[in-house]
Formats: sequence, structure tokens, C-alpha cells
Amino acid sequence: MPRKHSIAIGKALRRIARLRGGGSALPGLFIERLEPGFLKDALEGLEHGVILVSGTNGKTTTTKMVSEILQAAGLRVFSNKTGSNFTRGIVSALIEEMDRDGKLPYDIAVLELDEAHAVHFVKQVQPRVSLFLNVMRDQLDRFGEIDHTARLLSVVAGATTEAVVLNRDDPLIRSLAGNVGKNVSVHYFGAHSNILHLFPSDDLLQAATKRSGIKQKRAPTEQRSGDVELAAFKGQLVAYHIGKKLYKAELKLNGFYNYLNAAAALATVRIFRPKTSADALLRALEKVEPAFGRGERVLHHGKPIEFVLVKNPAGFRLALASAKQAKTSEVTMIAINDDFADGRDMSWLWDVDFGSLRDAGVQCASGMRAYDMALRLQYDNVTVSEIETDLAKAFKSLLNKNSGQPMRVYCTYTAMLKLRAIAQKSLGMERAI
Amino acid sequence: MSTSPKGQIRILYLYPNEMNIYGDWGNVLTLARRLQWHGYEPKIMQHHPGKAFPKDVDIIVGGGGQDSGQLAVEADLLKNGVAIKSFAEDNVPMLVVCGLYQLFGRSFKTSDKKIIKGISLFAAETHAGDKRLIGNTIIDTPFGEIIGYENHSGKTILDSKQASFGTVKKGAGNNGGDKTEGAAYKNVYGTYLHGSLLPKNPVFADHLIKKAVEHRLGEFEPNIIDDLFADKARAIAKRRPR
Repeated sequence: MPRKHSIAIGKALRRIARLRGGGSALPGLFIERLEPGFLKDALEGLEHGVILVSGTNGKTTTTKMVSEILQAAGLRVFSNKTGSNFTRGIVSALIEEMDRDGKLPYDIAVLELDEAHAVHFVKQVQPRVSLFLNVMRDQLDRFGEIDHTARLLSVVAGATTEAVVLNRDDPLIRSLAGNVGKNVSVHYFGAHSNILHLFPSDDLLQAATKRSGIKQKRAPTEQRSGDVELAAFKGQLVAYHIGKKLYKAELKLNGFYNYLNAAAALATVRIFRPKTSADALLRALEKVEPAFGRGERVLHHGKPIEFVLVKNPAGFRLALASAKQAKTSEVTMIAINDDFADGRDMSWLWDVDFGSLRDAGVQCASGMRAYDMALRLQYDNVTVSEIETDLAKAFKSLLNKNSGQPMRVYCTYTAMLKLRAIAQKSLGMERAI
Repeated sequence: MSTSPKGQIRILYLYPNEMNIYGDWGNVLTLARRLQWHGYEPKIMQHHPGKAFPKDVDIIVGGGGQDSGQLAVEADLLKNGVAIKSFAEDNVPMLVVCGLYQLFGRSFKTSDKKIIKGISLFAAETHAGDKRLIGNTIIDTPFGEIIGYENHSGKTILDSKQASFGTVKKGAGNNGGDKTEGAAYKNVYGTYLHGSLLPKNPVFADHLIKKAVEHRLGEFEPNIIDDLFADKARAIAKRRPR
């Protein structure tokens, strides 16, 4: 079928799906079947090609940062904003955006894809640049073993045509340098040795017990001109070594893991905009706000409520450490669901150390597996004031009891979606900056 | 603590670096914490490959790992197999989950057809299957219902004389065919169940603790522990989809 026709059909399908309030990936599924080369044709026509962002934690926020900095630098950016990692979701979004001849009004695509979908994607489209953030234990009941994940990423690295950006401090990611083609350049992002202890690898974890003689080893590397290092931070004031020079910025994002993600984003953007000054890139970074459900804040009676998505032990640990660093007195709620998207297995909670919550306690454990969470906290000697599986009831009750105080809500994915909706619809909350 | 502990109980945690992929630290933590709540003092010792195996332990615990983890510990485990079996004959309680459960059998045949030798404490063999056996699991055991979550492609077949840990009520168990789950010999228990296993199964946790304390002190004097959260978590876990 001539491409123009399949595009027209795809667009029509999308309109119909929208009218029925149905899933928006259906047109993508149809097109994928009809025109296997569709994705390749659509994306390889972009002047600056594709940036692929992968890894266990930080993809959505980092993709947002890369997209917005590139936009500020004058490029028109296509991104899978909804975070739909399925290629058919990307195809669907593309159908919506392209004109009848299949041309996209964009210069570059920045796409976040988890490891499994990235392998499927690179069979059709070779990214110009791939950014690999980290490999952590994540939802083992969905994605299997880390060795397997690392192998998937090596396939993606091998398919990248121009450059890879790697996490210098993650041994599995660093080893991807060995998988790239001859002419592919390698750039690194990482944390300064003074703050490296804030980003422990999974192997260092041992909740509430001392590790015997295990020091976090890091291969010695010098800071090269293409590399970006998170040098230091205080609150939302952050310092980066870009190449060998030190730069400062004040970010809207919070959570020091996001400051490291920003280093990754900066290293990636510099490949495409080598002539843009580091200062200009940082000014653009400063404008980026948290992504959907990732540290977004809403205001309630003037006090911030922050939603922190937790998906795996490393992510939860970093989130807790970040809260501890911030040192604000706040109300804590933890909402754990076990829908398919959250991961059904609760074992991962036992790889997180909740000791930092001992002083203030947890005001509410909620979600379908609230009692598994309460049990976890009991074994770390952390008191829980209230346990309520119903998210709406729990959230509203907590707000009534604590209206004067800032709140932090750690939530798994589907719990975050529900709480966000409750916060915005029934409580009429507005987004805070 | 208002009163001095009734005694010190030594917990040996096997291969915490190599076999720690699956929240099984929760088993060590549960034993340690419950011992404290019962008025005893837990001492957690770690065994790493290449180190001398301790001569004096009251309970041994080990967890799951990736295939690469199993290869890393194989030699060391075999070297210490005699010591471990001698502890078993001495009625020392043990809990080995997933990867270490497999290595407590005769052998594990990987998907690449490599054979990893076990210590033959259990009369059982495991081979890598093509389907992953995964999901919420309930088994019947002498300690009541045990509730956990299995996730393994290894299929374990018990010899006819080898007792299982339990019978599958919901889930796959050792191999998805014969309704057995895990293995049991004296006070040694092997299982595929994560969750972690012990937090939601306090009756079984206290059984292991009882055996450990009896090994050290002859008699176990339990305190009453509030297991309300565990009971409620169990009730909900039982109703969740596979």
C-alpha cells in the first residue's frame, strides 16, 4: 500500500480511538503490521536523527531534560512524552504529528525506551546517540536478571552510530564502551569522588548491617572535554565540571539523583550543540520542571506535597537519602500497589533500608499492599501511624490531619497515577513550581 | 533493653554479595529482629567465598542469585559441603532460597548445559526449564500455610525418598508438575519462595528460631510478638492474582 494511504488510515484510526476514549497505541499496532519500515522511514528522515535514552532509573526525567535543553538551543524535538516505551506507542505518536506525506516537523527525536523495547527499536532504527543511565535491580518479576539486562543494553550500544554517553560510576554501564563500533565516540557522566557515596551500587546494599571490607571501586578516569561531572550541590544549587571547567546552576528539579541525571543530559546535548556555550545550556537546564509523577509538587494550603515515584530498591534508596539530605520536617506517606505496572512481587521492599525514617516515623502506609509496607517498617523499627489500603481515604485523611506541613509521598507507579489524579481533581490542587 | 539478653544466637548469612539479588536479606533481618523481640541477641556473620567457614553457628541462611552468582560460589560451597552437612546432622536449622536451594541438591544443569555441582544435602536435581515459573504462591506445610512469591526457571525434581517443604495450593512449586515445593531434611529447608519468605510467615520464622536457640541453649523461651501486620499482609497476599 502506498505510504500516503497507510498514513491516512493511521490518522483516521487515531481519531476514532480518541472519540471512543480508547487506547492510542492501536493505530501504531496497525501501521507496524502494515508497514514494517514505517518507523525507520519516519525517523531516519530527521536531520539530526535519534537520541535513545535507556537504563533502569531516570529515563523520563532525563529525556525531558535533553528535549528541553535542545529546544532552548533551537532544535524542534520529538519525544515520547507519555513515556510509552512500546514502539507502537511511538509509531502512534508519529502518525499524529506527521503531515499527509509523512514528513515530521522536527529536527531530532529523543526517545526513552527500557532495555527490552530498546533492542526491538534498534532492529528498525539505529540511534545516532544512545545515553545509558544505570542498570539496577528492577522489578525482577518483569525484567529478569541484571546480567540479561546488561546484555540487552550491549546490543543497543552496538547499534548506535555516532556516540554513546555512559555512567562512569556504574560498572555494567561503563563496560558498554567495549560494545560500540570503531568510529563511535564514548562520553562519560559521573559524580565527583566526594559525593560518590550518595550513589551506592546495588552490591553495596546491606540494610542495617555493616558491610565487611567492600569499598566501592571506580575505574580511574580523567575528566575529558566531552565529559560532565556532578561536582557538588547544596539544596537546588548545583555545580558541574563540564570538560575541565566548573559551572554553577540553580535547578527547579530536586533530588540529587536528578542532578546526576542532569549531568547525563548535559553530556548528551553537547554532542549535538558543541558550539553552544556551557552557560547557555545550564540556563536552559535551570528552566526544566519535574516530569509527570517524578518529584512533581502540588500545593495544599500553601504547603508543598511532593510525589516521589519508587520502582526498585536503588530508586527508593536514593529517594530516601535525598529526603534525608533536605532535612525538612515533613509528613511521610508510602503508597505501595502491586498492579502489573508496579510489579507484583513485594520482595524488593526488603532491599531498601528505611532507617532514615525512624526519627520522624511514617504517618501513613497505603495502597493495596499497605500491610506489606507496614510489616517492612516494623522490622526496621519505624513506627507507622495509620494504615489504610484505600488511597483516596488515606490521602484525604492525612491532609486533614496535617494541613500545616509539607508532605512527601513515596508511591509505586499506579498509586502515583491515582494520587496525582485525586490531588488535581477532587482537591483542586495546582501545580507548584 | 531493660533485661539482659537470654543468650547470643549466631546467624550465618551465606554469600551476601553473590546471592543477594532477591530481597532475601529480609529473611536474615526477620530472624535477627525476632530474636531481639524474643529477648535474645542475634549475631550476624557473613560467609564469603574463600573465607574460612565458621566452626560455631546456630542458624544458616542463604538466598538467590543469578546464574553468574551460582558459578562464583560453587567451588567454595563444595569445599564447605562436609561442614554444612555436619551442622545439618547436628540439627542446626537452615533456610536456603532459590539458587542456594538448588546448590544444596546434587546438581544444577544450566540452560547452556553446564553442570554446577551441589553439596547433595537434599536428594534432588535441578535443570533449567524453558518457561519461567513466576507469581504469588501458597503452599501447605507442617507450619501452616506458607505465602510467598516464586520466580525461577530452574525445575527441581526430588528423589522419591526426599521430603518436600510443602504441597502447592496455588502456584508451580518445584517443577510445575508434581505439586511439591522445596525440600526438607532434619531442620534444613530449601524453597523457591521469596516475598521475602520469613516476614509474612512468622510461625515458620519462629520455628527456625526455636531450633537455633535449642541448639545453643537447650530451651527456647519465647516472648509474645505482635504479628498483626503479618496476618493482615497474608490475608491480602492470598487474594492477589497469580
